Amino acid sequence: MLSNLGNILLFLNVILSLSIIYTANRNLRISGEVDKNIFQLSLIQSTSIIICFFVLIAAFVVSDFSLITVYQNSHSLKPLFYKIAGTWGNHEGSLLLWAIILSIFSFLFLVYNKNHPKKFRLLTLIIQNILILGFLFFILFNSNPFSRISPVPSEGLGLNPILQDPALAIHPPLLYVGFVGASIYFSAAIASLITNYSERSFSLSIKNWVLISWCFQTLGILVGSIWAYYELGWGGFWFWDPVENASLLPWFAMTALFHSLIVFERRNLFYFWVIILCLITFTLSVTGTFLVRSGILNSVHTFASDPTRGVYILLFLSLMIFSSIFLLFTKYKKENYDLNQNSKETFILVNNWFMMFYLITVLLGTIYPIFTDALTGNKISVGPPFYNAIIFPVVVVFLVFMALGPKAKWIKNKFENIRIYLLILTGAIGLNLAIIFFFKSYSLLSNFIIISATFLIISSLMDAAKAFKKNKLDFARIISHTSFGFLVLFIGLNDIFSVEKDYNIKIGETKRFENYSIQLQNLDLKNYKNYQAVIGKLEIKNINSNQTNILNPEIRIYDKPKTLTYEAAIKTSLIKDYYLTMSNIDRSDYYNIKFQKKPLMAWIWISVIMIVVGGSIRLFSNAKNN
Amino acid sequence: MQKIIKIIISIVFLFVIGIFYISLTRDTNYNTSSLINKETPEFKIISFDNTNFYTKDDIKKNNYTLINFWASWCAPCKIEHPILMKLSQTKNLVILGINFKDKETQAKTFLSELGNPYDLLAKDKNGKHSVKFGIYGIPESILINKELMIIKKFVGPLSVDDYNNIIEIIEQL
Repeated sequence: MLSNLGNILLFLNVILSLSIIYTANRNLRISGEVDKNIFQLSLIQSTSIIICFFVLIAAFVVSDFSLITVYQNSHSLKPLFYKIAGTWGNHEGSLLLWAIILSIFSFLFLVYNKNHPKKFRLLTLIIQNILILGFLFFILFNSNPFSRISPVPSEGLGLNPILQDPALAIHPPLLYVGFVGASIYFSAAIASLITNYSERSFSLSIKNWVLISWCFQTLGILVGSIWAYYELGWGGFWFWDPVENASLLPWFAMTALFHSLIVFERRNLFYFWVIILCLITFTLSVTGTFLVRSGILNSVHTFASDPTRGVYILLFLSLMIFSSIFLLFTKYKKENYDLNQNSKETFILVNNWFMMFYLITVLLGTIYPIFTDALTGNKISVGPPFYNAIIFPVVVVFLVFMALGPKAKWIKNKFENIRIYLLILTGAIGLNLAIIFFFKSYSLLSNFIIISATFLIISSLMDAAKAFKKNKLDFARIISHTSFGFLVLFIGLNDIFSVEKDYNIKIGETKRFENYSIQLQNLDLKNYKNYQAVIGKLEIKNINSNQTNILNPEIRIYDKPKTLTYEAAIKTSLIKDYYLTMSNIDRSDYYNIKFQKKPLMAWIWISVIMIVVGGSIRLFSNAKNN
Repeated sequence: MQKIIKIIISIVFLFVIGIFYISLTRDTNYNTSSLINKETPEFKIISFDNTNFYTKDDIKKNNYTLINFWASWCAPCKIEHPILMKLSQTKNLVILGINFKDKETQAKTFLSELGNPYDLLAKDKNGKHSVKFGIYGIPESILINKELMIIKKFVGPLSVDDYNNIIEIIEQL
């Protein structure tokens, strides 16, 4: 029953999309307001796709194993929350979520952009609906979540246990709002090219959508990192895994885009560059999806691969790319930028260069193995050393520009008070030396990173103080930029001051290092609903302060499917995290434990949240001004 | 000039999409079965302390050799380390560790903290030599017999099952 209902709703959506395209196309040729029917059709479209998704959720909740997707990804014993989260934790369900976001954004864009030319709005709607149709066909004919299985199995195959996690339940929807949200300014950019809508006001129509997608993308990446940190048990939070990279690529493009939009809005410059960035962002989102879902890259993210899926997404991607570049080439007009080298415009352009540099580096690192494999048959891997070696030295220069840029004036800038910058720089160097003097010394690059991050933080804060006096405080920018400085600073300090120890230990044994002692006090065996757990009780004692902490890492044995996972025990405080994982060593009384002291972890997360807070403040103030 | 740029851009995109398409039609599963029962490729790899080179001759001397590719930056390598430590106590098995794209000081710290299971230790600073063995990610390990035949290849961290498997093979001797 649910299968039929789902399929009917999917077909209904195809019809609705076609009707919207038809009606909008007809309405294009008539003068006057946008046809009211189009609003209604769009509203029905969004509503029906949401209902369709709820049908799938219902199938997961009642464990309707007649649907292949439910059978493969759920289990009747699974907690309700994870049954629901299972809806988007798989390929088919997540595509349905894509369709929802495409439709809702399409409707809202139409509603909230009443001040823009009718032609532009209608064309955006048509292109967005072509994208929606593309996805609906993909869902219906290749990845249908409502496909049946016969005979109906009595029990499901369960969900990957490492995906049974609250952070991971919200991680995909956040990311999807981010990079599927980018579709709306892709459509708007195409519409703008076709209708020659290249005035400044074009930036107003998309800037909030860019900000919304950017905020969600950032949060999505954050939640994914937090999950990786406590779930994967390595103590790191970023692994340069191809799938992580796939989420980072559109992020770079979005960041470049909303900075360029400021210039476009204020100075009516960079129109084509803005358009290119709009096109690149969504193209990268779809490329990422292609890389992940087609299975041509191996990664920790376990989406089963299916070559036909890849062919479909690749076809879709090719159509997107070639129609975009064809249109861009036909409409492209050379723009003469008479930019003063020392002006805000130039600084923002420099920001864009950096973003493009990062984007290209990460893109190359991600797809290079595919190229060597296809061309030479050699399988190679590009690991963290590549990214760390290329990205981090450049961050130093980037941070300095980031500190100077916002202070620059439009058109022609003159840096007054060079002395103040030198003073800030001296302060930053002094702080760095103090850290070395009181704690420990570190590599040359780390020195530069700490200094440049501190330079950005201090100058942003001084900026804030100055602006506050003049009552011209730009909270959004100050918060985002300062938090970015803090983020780099905390990541740097975290890297420098992390301590990691590995021991083989048995019950009752104590290991000592520096001023700490670790004792494995006992082990406990517990039965849970869908897994068994061996829980260790370890006491971490700081000998100097006599402070003790008990940590309980777990070894979990899941039933369905039979999987062993290691759950890290983490004690978070504002200053540091204690991070402990435990694994069994077969045929011995010993357990392998890995203990890590990771300073300032919480502050890394907080910095990212604050960056998003900055973005949200900008979004709300834009909305208020509109 | 603009025309040339346009053509170049279009060609680049076509090329990328073409490669993506070729990759799709290739066998995407990392299949190691073709390597098994093949002879070990020729190699000459520098020892970790830069004092000499290891070649096939160093493998010929042993009943069994396990070549393990690892790095200090590789988290799963730490997971498999206890297993390598146990294997190092096995008779008739020589473990050749190849330190993959790593920094020397960090590799040394890794071994001094976790123990050194390697009878022979070499380094492959830019990953060139490892490619000959079909290594595309680490950790990976290859079990080779006296006749220089590759008996088994392990992709990813060695598990307890792999350990038992290796012991079983060696005990057949």
